[in-house]
Amino acid sequence: MSQGLLWVTIIIVGVLTLSIRLSFMVFMGKTQISPMVQQALRFVPVAVLSALIAPALFLPRGSLDLSFANIRLIAGILAILVAWRTKNTLLTIVIGMACLLILQAFVPPR
Amino acid sequence: MTTPRSEFLHGIRDELPILIGVLPFGMIYGVSAISAGIPVSIAQAMSCIVFAGSAQFVIAQLIAAGTPSLVVILTAFIVNIRHMLYSASVAAYTHKLHPLWKWLLAYLLTDEAYAVTISHYQKVGDDTQRHWYFLGAGLALWSTWQLSTAAGIFVGGQLPASWSLDFASTLTFIALVVPALKDRASATAALTAAITALLVIALPLKLGIAIAALVGIVVGLTLEVKKARDI
Repeated sequence: MSQGLLWVTIIIVGVLTLSIRLSFMVFMGKTQISPMVQQALRFVPVAVLSALIAPALFLPRGSLDLSFANIRLIAGILAILVAWRTKNTLLTIVIGMACLLILQAFVPPR
Repeated sequence: MTTPRSEFLHGIRDELPILIGVLPFGMIYGVSAISAGIPVSIAQAMSCIVFAGSAQFVIAQLIAAGTPSLVVILTAFIVNIRHMLYSASVAAYTHKLHPLWKWLLAYLLTDEAYAVTISHYQKVGDDTQRHWYFLGAGLALWSTWQLSTAAGIFVGGQLPASWSLDFASTLTFIALVVPALKDRASATAALTAAITALLVIALPLKLGIAIAALVGIVVGLTLEVKKARDI
């Protein structure tokens, strides 16, 4: 993406984000949000982020890689375990990153 | 007796513990944005213009993957649409304010500011100065976010690419998602979105992420509705 287009993209996202935040505070003050929509919105972060995690771990170079040479998958699984056991954001990131860097020293990048 | 000043400071004070968690998060965003190849000025401007942590990470990752602009916008929109819930929730407390106040507070309406503000609002009831609390919490978060992303952008520029720092954003997503999988519906939504993302990755324009997310949301919602009906 060119720099100019990048600026335009960011500004449009900014305007949309502000509109979402303004939605009920300013534009639709009297409207009630339906319970169905509320429930759907609660699944958004989990669904979007999972859709980003899976390809980054399983397809680090664009094709499915289930071998031990896929060190991102190994580091990612370790990070999932740490996140599950500790619920500690920073610890998850630090251990996952450390694991990747250590494995990287042994598995030469292809 | 509360004054604008006391409410403002109270908001800052209550936001402080959250800021400790935001600091590294902002730095990691800065590093990710730089390793995604985003120019320094745009990486920092994004913190100001978009001002939404998860969405900024997602945008950085999509741009690194060469995603077309419209798909970046669509995906970021889906990530941020949850803020509608917050907007609906605080609207009941802000409807008497001047429109300028509403716009300012809406701009500052993030996950972190919402969390402390709504619990304060529910506690204090009809305090006429309570919007100053919102402003204090929101501005405390805003300044921390700007400074920590600036620090991350600076650090990111110094570190070699061989450090694989782009992986930090994937790890951040893991750290955010895993603790949120509290019931079967959310776990299934996550799993479905993940598997769908792997299956549709070859779709043109990187539309796969948005489609996988929608499939995950629909599956989670279906399970939730079914559960409610069974009870």
